[in-house]
Amino acid sequence: MGTEAIEFFFGRYGLTYGDIDKLLATALARGGDYADLYFEYRVSNSVNIEEQIVKQAAKSISQGVGVRVIVGDKTGYAYTDEIAFDSIRRAAETASHIARSGGSSQITGVNATPTVLDLYPVELPVSSIELARKIELVKEGDQAARGVDPRIREVQSSVNDEMKYVMIASSDGRLVGDVQPLARFGISCIADDDGNLQVGRAGGGGRIGIDYFETEMTPSHFAREAARQAIIQLDAIATPAGTMEVVLGPGWPGILLHEAVGHGLESDFNRKQTSAFSGLIGQRVASELCTVVDDGAIPNRRGSLNIDDEGEPTSRTVLIEDGILRAYLSDYLNAGLTKSKRTGNGRRQSYKHMPLPRMTNTFMLAGQDAREDIIRSVKRGLYAVQFGGGQVDITSGEFAFSASEAYLIEDGKVTAPVKGATLRGNGPQSLKFLTAVGNDLELDPGIGVCGKDGQNVPVGVGIPTIKISEMTVGGTQK
Amino acid sequence: MTIQLTKGFAADVARRAVELGASAAEVVLRQRTEFSVGVRLGEVETLKESTDRGLGLRILIDGRQSSVSGSDFSSDAVESLIDNAVELARLTSPDDAAGLPEPQDFATSVPDLDLYDPAIEKLSTEDQIEKALRAERAAQEFSDRIINFDGGGFDSAYGTVILANSLGFAGEFRTTSCSLASVPVATEDGKMQRDYWYDVRRKLSDMDSPEVIGVMAARRTLRKLGGRAVPTQVVPVVLEPNMARDLLGDIFNASSGESIFRKASFLVGQLGEQIANHRLTVVDDGVMPRGLGSRPFDGEGLPTRRTVVIRNGVLESYLLNTYTARKLGLRSTGNAGRGLTGATGVEAGNLYIEPGQSSQDEIIKSVSKGLLITELLGFGVNIVTGDYSRSASGIWIENGELTFPVQGVTIAGNLKDMLNSIEMIGSDLDFRGSVVAPTLLIGGMTIGA
Repeated sequence: MGTEAIEFFFGRYGLTYGDIDKLLATALARGGDYADLYFEYRVSNSVNIEEQIVKQAAKSISQGVGVRVIVGDKTGYAYTDEIAFDSIRRAAETASHIARSGGSSQITGVNATPTVLDLYPVELPVSSIELARKIELVKEGDQAARGVDPRIREVQSSVNDEMKYVMIASSDGRLVGDVQPLARFGISCIADDDGNLQVGRAGGGGRIGIDYFETEMTPSHFAREAARQAIIQLDAIATPAGTMEVVLGPGWPGILLHEAVGHGLESDFNRKQTSAFSGLIGQRVASELCTVVDDGAIPNRRGSLNIDDEGEPTSRTVLIEDGILRAYLSDYLNAGLTKSKRTGNGRRQSYKHMPLPRMTNTFMLAGQDAREDIIRSVKRGLYAVQFGGGQVDITSGEFAFSASEAYLIEDGKVTAPVKGATLRGNGPQSLKFLTAVGNDLELDPGIGVCGKDGQNVPVGVGIPTIKISEMTVGGTQK
Repeated sequence: MTIQLTKGFAADVARRAVELGASAAEVVLRQRTEFSVGVRLGEVETLKESTDRGLGLRILIDGRQSSVSGSDFSSDAVESLIDNAVELARLTSPDDAAGLPEPQDFATSVPDLDLYDPAIEKLSTEDQIEKALRAERAAQEFSDRIINFDGGGFDSAYGTVILANSLGFAGEFRTTSCSLASVPVATEDGKMQRDYWYDVRRKLSDMDSPEVIGVMAARRTLRKLGGRAVPTQVVPVVLEPNMARDLLGDIFNASSGESIFRKASFLVGQLGEQIANHRLTVVDDGVMPRGLGSRPFDGEGLPTRRTVVIRNGVLESYLLNTYTARKLGLRSTGNAGRGLTGATGVEAGNLYIEPGQSSQDEIIKSVSKGLLITELLGFGVNIVTGDYSRSASGIWIENGELTFPVQGVTIAGNLKDMLNSIEMIGSDLDFRGSVVAPTLLIGGMTIGA
């Protein structure tokens, strides 16, 4: 796989193998250990409906090449939005200035290699579908949400899709490509009960074809889910404040792992010793019930990639095994500097950005417990099933993620819905309080966007139902 | 051959779109050159240089809207973009409120707001590296508990924005900006803390010295060491300017026409009502000289201006673009935001809370027991209901004195109550950004631990 992308760039922009070798040689003309070229051509589309009319359709085309030169732990970076030999050569000269000392470095001539993985063999990518069909999808979502309850109004529904061609050439002779489809359906609505206004949101997708929205997860499915959340919140009571037992439902609540441990295990922070997890490999960072993996090689998932943005195949990395910290997530630079293995986690938002170690799909493996038993074991606590976003300070380990749908648990029973509230914890400590893990692992529906250093990339998370015996709940009720 | 981005080129693209079937067209061109230096532990870590050029086209065909964008300016590529736009717009729905502004409302002159500094375009790499290293050195030398850095650096940028439409508006302006940041890591008893300080300005000479920034970054990081939780309770909280700014961002979201016309804000229907303590006045000024949020015309070509959003606690105006104004039967406040792709949004100019009389020290002295908040995490702010819940760090106040650092607590309340219980406003307003606020004292919030 992936040769299609290489042919695309060579054919469309008239580049040759010799050109690529010359550009890499220019990048290393002042010295340096490594250089790479990241070619990108991306077409993004969106259409949305609001107030029952299709207000906007948009299409954007972005293309360019990023040139990177690495010297020890230093990086020079430049890019051009013109995919043409002379423009790329100028970018390569600019990036080469990071190396100031020696003569030129050797490069190995590039050789095209196919990718091993083929995780998204999509027959009809959403981006190839005509606008009229996408309009039917957003209309279906709109109508389905309004059909749930007369109190539902202000429905917005949208389809966002993209098709991205990438090609990576590096001074160690690698030349790989990939064609990456991505699509997401999203819907939000407001329930209005005599002035009591509440919001519900749902959505999903992945590196999938149009058939996914026709057969597996239809707009109506997401619409009913968004409407259900909004209606439930109409009856929400004040959330309790303070430390209590918290049960997280399966799927998207896995954002806990993304914030509590995921970011802190990215290898740039650990090489620089700025993470609360620095130096803890081999040590206990969670209860023995806890095994967390990052896996970029799951078919069709939003966070999956055949190759990362440095051309390395993605893989499954066990981060925490039975509570013991096993590995960090690495890109080329940090794997080299820490003499550890590349894990296929070098990612970037676009050709305008330097790659960084990033998560792909991060989740906790299933345990033994039934969900009902986990809930039944809680005397007084919170059952949180839907979340908005989260955030972490990787140095102190403090993290927060915000529940949008949660319930009280009283004497082992799920009772009243409560208002949205932020849950907080501390990375290396929180999962030590993990006291039950369900047998119901789910991955999220395909909605995640992760931000780091101003770069956004699509990611996935997942978790079974779990119980954490101590977590701070940011409510108002003492 | 590189095509020059000019008002004439933009106007030509708009004209061509009309020839190919658009009933109205608007073209935005952006060019921006950025240079950024990252340093760490006395060495250059990253050097990055880039120039971005982009074209965005929004068209209407009898009230049906579409938008397209690209970075290839060749006539074939532009022609193909226009075709795409026409094809998309034929399938969207007619929307009475969509469209360009009324012709008589466009900016007729482009005032010089002093947004461009030639010194920034001329800055050498060595100068930028030196400033970044000086800030880091100042932080490091401030205390031997500063043991590491998570980064820091100097960024500079200059660029041009051009907007033209088929009603004859064409405008252009240049801007520069520069920023310096330092992110120290301090340690005590095996626990690390990180914080940062920065400056960002349109003009190089307006910046704080690297030493001032480095020392501030060090102080902020050191004061977090040894943080612990406090029991669950309701107490007054003091938001330092960086955190008060976050709250002002929430006020912006709630008063933006986009939230209002969708009835997705706790401020819907509140024009003319007392929605905050009488001490609170919020102003959006799009024409402030040298302002980071200033621009001579907005994303639709309307003149920018000064708008009082909240005066003495009374909600006086929403912030509107043409579309949201039409939906609400009001007039645009010149706050249209325009990316390359997508519908026109609402963007603040320089949004600020009018400063009060008290210093931050005086505000802290007035609190017998409470929390000075220096960091907030999480996105638990619901603009529709006003419900507010976030994780917080800060410093505990006891009898008017700062005592020990606090970490590992939540704060919760409701924006409506928070706005009404703003009891003191600091005099320490500083335009370090485009959304800024002084220190605020809020009467009571629930601390959770």
